[in-house]
Amino acid sequence: MENKRIGGHYSHRYDAELEEVVNRVLAMGGLVESQLTNALQAFIDADSQIAQEVTENDTRVNTFEVTIDERCVEILARRQPAAMDLRLIVAVIKTITDLERIGDLAVAIARTAMRQAEGDRPRKQIFRDIETMGNRVISMLAGALDAFARMDAMAAVEVVRQDFAIDSDHEAIVRQNVTFMMEDPRNISRLLDISHAVRALERVGDHARNMCEYTIYFVKGRDVRHIDLSEMEAIVHGKKAPAEG
Amino acid sequence: MSQRNPAASSMSAGLFEGSTRTIRSLADEEIAISVENLDLYYGDSQALKNITMQIPKQRVTAFIGPSGCGKSTLLRCFNRMNDLVDACRIEGAINLHGANIYDRKTDVAELRRQVGMVFQKPNPFPKTIYENVAYGLRLQGVNNKRVLDEVVERSIKAVGLWEEVKDRLQSNAFGLSGGQQQRLVIARAIAIEPEVILLDEPTSALDPISTAKIEELVEELKQQYTILIVTHNMQQAARVSDYTAYMYLGELIEYADTMHLFTNPREKATEDYITGRYG
Repeated sequence: MENKRIGGHYSHRYDAELEEVVNRVLAMGGLVESQLTNALQAFIDADSQIAQEVTENDTRVNTFEVTIDERCVEILARRQPAAMDLRLIVAVIKTITDLERIGDLAVAIARTAMRQAEGDRPRKQIFRDIETMGNRVISMLAGALDAFARMDAMAAVEVVRQDFAIDSDHEAIVRQNVTFMMEDPRNISRLLDISHAVRALERVGDHARNMCEYTIYFVKGRDVRHIDLSEMEAIVHGKKAPAEG
Repeated sequence: MSQRNPAASSMSAGLFEGSTRTIRSLADEEIAISVENLDLYYGDSQALKNITMQIPKQRVTAFIGPSGCGKSTLLRCFNRMNDLVDACRIEGAINLHGANIYDRKTDVAELRRQVGMVFQKPNPFPKTIYENVAYGLRLQGVNNKRVLDEVVERSIKAVGLWEEVKDRLQSNAFGLSGGQQQRLVIARAIAIEPEVILLDEPTSALDPISTAKIEELVEELKQQYTILIVTHNMQQAARVSDYTAYMYLGELIEYADTMHLFTNPREKATEDYITGRYG
């Protein structure tokens, strides 16, 4: 990966260390993305085989998290990074925490899929809506990883925007589920399980949003957490923080 | 509003003091020294180019930059050490208490009493530990033993050296270790109660523990003094200073709150320097 934001140190080894960390994050991101895609597929198709694979693969995600953290700590200790190098390391440490959580959520969805595979399945309509929502979530995650890979703050803001659609998908599905529960109380336990999976998907969207915020922090040097989208846009499209003095 | 992120907006940062790190602004500081359009020439070559900056009172201001960038030259301007260099010509002004120190009426000896200096290599006088610290006062004509004892003890205590030397105040200062000598020299500087202390790479000849002690001392001294420090060690600038100035080829490239400069510098040249990149 040739990245101008990473390279250019007098120490080529330092360039290589930072590049390696970034490449590992992207590899971890790819794995998590496929975990989520498989979990969703297992859930929609009630495929316990794929669901099983997802749960087994989770240790790989965890290993990525631990080893990347280790590398970051080593770089902090040995190199004392400053400015954008420092922001990169901070962004990476935080990004992989969110990625690991997404991995856990994929496992939660996969477990639901295994339970779903055991009994009668409720109405098809719910699954079509969940699939739509799930695809939105997967594309948001892919977008967040892409914005990180390209170190593109503007792209990151666009990805954050997608979270609103996911939140409203979530709300609509939950509302629909409640209606079905009232129609036939025998479905309640199964529908609750589905609600948990939908909730997990919604949480993935939140984690992807966090990742975008770290990318913006890395690129722009501004902390954009807990502010609304318009402010975030102003920061990304506007100037950097005015330097003092 | 409690959900908002104070760090996201520099405008609101002041409202949340205590909860997040506020970026310091020179606009909120009392200014000790103001440098105006300072040019310095060694013969035909210009070593400082149009430097304008405000040094805040009772803060630590660090000067960083590659060798030959002019940071030590600038530091020496603050107590007119460059007067000693032949062919050195200075234009512009450095105002201390509203008066230009380069004014012809300035009493240079008095200026150097107000602006003390500590160098890279500890330079105690070949005298006793006691006499090193008492030296400045004796020059001022103070000979009262009680006064001298008091000032010597207070100054040596202020630099954290008292426990180590109190039983051998009459021994030669050269018997101290490098780190102790450097602290003694700082004690000598503060004995005459200056307002400003200039530190020119004060720890580059010291081991890490002595360095840590000096850095700790700097943190304490700024309660009372305005401190300017030139250092090659960027981490040291990041650790001890409130403001950092990055200089390159005689120009002041960027001057900002230290936290800001080390996490999100405005200029690419600063970024390249502090991250170890070639520009």
